[in-house]
Amino acid sequence: MVKLIINRLLQGLLTLFLASLIIFGATEILPGDVAEAVLGQNRTEEALATLREQMGLNRPAVQRYGEWLGGMLQGDLGTSLATKRPVADMIESRMWNTLRLTLLAAAFSIPVALGLGLWAAMRAGGALDKSLAMGTLALIAVPEFFIGLILMKIFAVELGWLSSSANTRSYYSFWQNAQALTLPVLTLGFAVLAHMMRMTRASVINIFSSAYMEMAALKGLPKWRLVLRHALPNALSPILTVIALNLSYMVSGVIIVETIFGVPGLTRLLIDGVTLRDIPLIQACAMIFGTVYIVLNLTADILSIMSNPRLRYPK
Amino acid sequence: MSDLDIPAARASVFAGLRLTKTAIVAGSILLLWVFLAFFGPTLAPHGEAEIISTKTFAPIGEGGLLGTDKLGRDVFSRLLYGVRTTLVLALITTIIAFAAGVTLGFAAAILRGWFDIVVSRIVEAFMAFPSTLLALVVIGALGTSIPVLVCTVGLVLSTGVFRVSRALGMDIGVMDFVNAARARGEGAWWILSREVLPNAMAPLIAEFGLRFTFSILFLSGLSFLGLGVQEPAADWGLMVQENIGGLFLGSSAALIPAGCIASLTICMNLLVDWFQQRQQGETVLEKIDQ
Repeated sequence: MVKLIINRLLQGLLTLFLASLIIFGATEILPGDVAEAVLGQNRTEEALATLREQMGLNRPAVQRYGEWLGGMLQGDLGTSLATKRPVADMIESRMWNTLRLTLLAAAFSIPVALGLGLWAAMRAGGALDKSLAMGTLALIAVPEFFIGLILMKIFAVELGWLSSSANTRSYYSFWQNAQALTLPVLTLGFAVLAHMMRMTRASVINIFSSAYMEMAALKGLPKWRLVLRHALPNALSPILTVIALNLSYMVSGVIIVETIFGVPGLTRLLIDGVTLRDIPLIQACAMIFGTVYIVLNLTADILSIMSNPRLRYPK
Repeated sequence: MSDLDIPAARASVFAGLRLTKTAIVAGSILLLWVFLAFFGPTLAPHGEAEIISTKTFAPIGEGGLLGTDKLGRDVFSRLLYGVRTTLVLALITTIIAFAAGVTLGFAAAILRGWFDIVVSRIVEAFMAFPSTLLALVVIGALGTSIPVLVCTVGLVLSTGVFRVSRALGMDIGVMDFVNAARARGEGAWWILSREVLPNAMAPLIAEFGLRFTFSILFLSGLSFLGLGVQEPAADWGLMVQENIGGLFLGSSAALIPAGCIASLTICMNLLVDWFQQRQQGETVLEKIDQ
């Protein structure tokens, strides 16, 4: 098992390296260079030269990539072109908002998805299962901002119970925080809930239809023992994978949610960076999100190796 | 004799479709949108960017049929212009994704060897990275314009298409009839177009539907973030972004286009669902019922 996990970790490192190549390379595919693109039509030769000097564009790409990656590894994320501040400072103040939002959404969506998925699997084919299937199909099909707008319309505009702005202040009471955060957390939670539920249902049904489950049922075991002792351990590996995959899916969902509810988080920084074409900021944000995504996927794989006895003790 | 055959053949075409109620409803709604994509701009009472009222965020029925937006433009007219933008961009994007994905996927499956290894590794590297983020990095570097948008999203989506078509090509590529063609000495192109592609058609059509939905979501998401289609052009995602502030003034100008996108994607998903079930015969749910 240790060998498998180390192998997987090395693969993860390789993916991370490739991701950094992609992020860095994306800004190199321009005809001309980044400085020309950033300054646009009304550029002067001096401005171009200054910016090239500032970004170090006069040196070869390989050298710049090496320096960029080296800086990243030491926590130096570069300097923003738009604000002239170190990117690390800008990110630090925003990180907490995004982290809080995603963690709360995960805390909401994972138990609900597992519970509903299990419930639907136990009553497969029934009215509940069918209505949940329709509900999840619709939820998967609609854009995140549609869910967000509907929730906002109902709870913030019509009922006035919750706030539509998630821009919390440090002096907010617990209740005010809850009012501000409930809608974005629900929106992000719903965005990943449907997938997680469907995959939980599928993996549980898959296990329920296996021969050893039939055997256990024929032995006359009570249903709770059947589910908890026989089905769950085997369903754990696919479910863990589903959870980690959906958490990584939040990386894209959170971009939309932060925009709708005006959360001053990391993805807003990224979007602003893209709008202002602040290349160092984009690269740093993309690298952070990419790392989180890859680490979550890696965790899913390692957890599923650890929860599978066949992989834990390979022959 | 042949005259008599025609109505029978026609009837069997419809019977052969085995339309369910859901499929009919979803299909009709989609057809309506496609019709409006062709004729919407001619039917629209006002221009795409024409300001018709001094009252902004007018409610439904006041000013225009569906009210006015943040600049006093007619929401109904912009909706009719927007359906063309939304559908055409999504279609081009999906076609790019398919042209790249299917060609490379089948080529990898048939040629095997180093070509397969190299392309698969590159695709895996791209897939190990969130697609939205990838698109944002490229758009950040190249700026927003329609060609950049369509090509970026198309190539981002092509990784998924590549995986599906490579798997399909691998499955079909080991069939006896393909081996027979190889033994006859047919070239790779002949095998691809005459043996593999016809047999991969049904799953590829379903995949096309899913990718089409996905590219609608992807593009409208980017427009919603202000990085996709730019004003004054009308796009549904953009309309949501423009008018979200009106939500608190009682305006539905943001909800209507969002609902339209939802209707498009839900119907497309239902249709793909129906198509897949038709291909597989019984659905999973029906099997459990018995």
